[in-house]
Amino acid sequence: MGILEVKNVNKRFGGLQALGNVNLSVQENTVHAIIGPNGAGKSTLLNCLVGKLIPDTGSVMFDGQSVLGRKPHEINQMGISRVFQTPEIFGDLTVMENVLIPCFARRDGAFRMHAFESVQHEKSLNEQAEEILVDMNMIEKRDMHAASLSRGDKRRLEMAMCLVQQPRLLLLDEPTAGMARADTNNTIELLKEIKEKRDITMAIIEHDMHVVFSLAERITVLAQGTPLVEDTPENIKGHPKVQEAYLGQAH
Amino acid sequence: MLGLNRKDTTLLIVVFLLTMLAPFLLNPFPADSAMAQFNAGYPDLMQRFVIFGIFAVGFNILFGLTGYLSFGHAAFLGVGSYAAVWMFKLFTFNVVPAIAAAVVVAGLFSVLIGYVSLRRSGIYFSILTLAFAQMSFALAYSVLSNPKFNLTNGETGLQVYADDPQIFAVAGSPNLPHLFGLSMRSTYTMDVGAWSFDFNAGYYLCAVIMLVVFYLSVRLFRSPFGMMLRAIKSNQQRLNYTGLNSRPYTLAAFVISGMYAGLAGGLLAAMDPLAGAERMQWTASGEVVLMTILGGAGTLIGPVLGAGFIKYFENIFSKINDNVLHSWFAFLPDGMEDFMVTIIHPFVGKGWHLTLGLLFMLVVIFLPGGLVEGGQRIARLFKRNTTQTPGNDPEHHPKPSPHVAE
Ligand SMILES: Nc1ncnc2c1ncn2[C@@H]1O[C@H](COP(=O)(O)OP(=O)(O)O)[C@@H](O)[C@H]1O
Ligand SMILES: [Mg+2]
Repeated sequence: MGILEVKNVNKRFGGLQALGNVNLSVQENTVHAIIGPNGAGKSTLLNCLVGKLIPDTGSVMFDGQSVLGRKPHEINQMGISRVFQTPEIFGDLTVMENVLIPCFARRDGAFRMHAFESVQHEKSLNEQAEEILVDMNMIEKRDMHAASLSRGDKRRLEMAMCLVQQPRLLLLDEPTAGMARADTNNTIELLKEIKEKRDITMAIIEHDMHVVFSLAERITVLAQGTPLVEDTPENIKGHPKVQEAYLGQAH
Repeated sequence: MLGLNRKDTTLLIVVFLLTMLAPFLLNPFPADSAMAQFNAGYPDLMQRFVIFGIFAVGFNILFGLTGYLSFGHAAFLGVGSYAAVWMFKLFTFNVVPAIAAAVVVAGLFSVLIGYVSLRRSGIYFSILTLAFAQMSFALAYSVLSNPKFNLTNGETGLQVYADDPQIFAVAGSPNLPHLFGLSMRSTYTMDVGAWSFDFNAGYYLCAVIMLVVFYLSVRLFRSPFGMMLRAIKSNQQRLNYTGLNSRPYTLAAFVISGMYAGLAGGLLAAMDPLAGAERMQWTASGEVVLMTILGGAGTLIGPVLGAGFIKYFENIFSKINDNVLHSWFAFLPDGMEDFMVTIIHPFVGKGWHLTLGLLFMLVVIFLPGGLVEGGQRIARLFKRNTTQTPGNDPEHHPKPSPHVAE
């Protein structure tokens, strides 16, 4: 049994079958990549995992518990964090505040009223937030407004926000899209490092095959809403169906 | 100091000095001069400045900080006034229980309205609050005022009559709202040469309460709770995917701002023991929106400035009539005098709304951050002239965010 078990998930948008009988099993403490052409339904699948969409049929189990019918904040509190395809950050807040909020969420749960304390006085949370910004090479930008960051930096900030929560399952939707080559390599190194440091499971959607083959232990290929194959990176590389359906187009 | 950083402490001290010295600052013109009508230092108006300041500071917690634009906050002000007058009628003219009841009742009322309205955001939230406020107005104006059950006394307004029970009234205390015997109307007038300054007990009570709740709002702005509210305004979806439930945060912000409004309503009744339904009308709800935007939504001091600005216009410009205009332009030849009076006439007296509307448009177009932004621009000009610091660092001037959460 994997930590994440997706069974027979279907999702239609009007006449479009975005997900057709998707089965996916992600094993604990592995990096599982999901690849496939644009419009294959990869983001839709993630939306079904985090409570943004409810599948028409099927089940989604995380660590033996169903996530369906739960609100997004409840699913996050179960230990699932997500980096979105287009960065979702708090644009009007500073970089530091963006990272502090998940620190509070992790310590205090879904709601706690600290109306008369000062944010600065939360020493240990501030240290946590600074630490992740140092890891992300963003500490010198801590007082900038998040909206004024470059696209690549926004993405790395969002990743920092997810990582600082120490999720059990991290969902990454094209984390390196729009990043410069050097930043992409940094991100790969960072994710590898985190993987070594502690227990974490990652499901990563990615177009950049360099990233996929550097990180993934299992790969699922999705095409037109249905999984084509699921295998190790070595086998996927040589798989004729995959070459034809996806890798061929990507190059 | 008081758990605030240097900048906030300075702001608090400035506000403290301004409110304490207001009787001097607002009466800069000698009492008999032609300019005396621009003096705003009389008790009734000074009380309104701080009371509506409280109203706007609370409104700003919901609108400026959280991004939820309520069009029904006057309902809480009105409920606060009714609660306070009922305390006068039933128990005593002492203002302490009346003000406390105003805050509590408005708080409970806002839990109810907030719980329902906050199921939607954006324009739908605004419409829901407007609908609730208009329903409250209708209830107060007619439904809850009939011979069998007269809670609001309808059109006449709720007031204290000689045959009201007032069961805790202390013999010998004033037959008007008072603070342990000190009448809210007692005023000490100080004459200095041609000048005259009024020190009114009611004003100072309101001012002290305003300073306390302003301080609380500064603490709230800087607290983790305030940060969550700003996060809701910025990207509510991200907040949810970060494991936080936005609903209790928005409800808490709504109730806090409702309690501020109730406090303002209670103080209005404490200054003048009367509560009427017109206090709950949508125009009154719109006024606090104008105050907050005019002063600077989301800033600490903006709402207070906006409230003062609007109340000043309402009371001073509305008093300028044709006689006054003629006396100003008397030095001109007759034809010119009449011409000037004709031109200015539509903008003063009953036309003060026209002037206010024009000013509001100018502020929204040229100073989207309100009067506070105007002040900051002037301060920056001044700084650049003296220290030559580059002021165009884009990092520190991010583009203003939209007022309403999506
Ligand atoms: N909310 C939605 N409403 C309607 N159609 C959608 C919605 N989300 C995704 N789709 C459609 O579903 C298909 C899969 O989209 P998506 O999951 O975003 O693909 P990708 O694999 O590129 O992430 C696309 O054809 C897309 O247009
Ligand atoms: Mg996608």
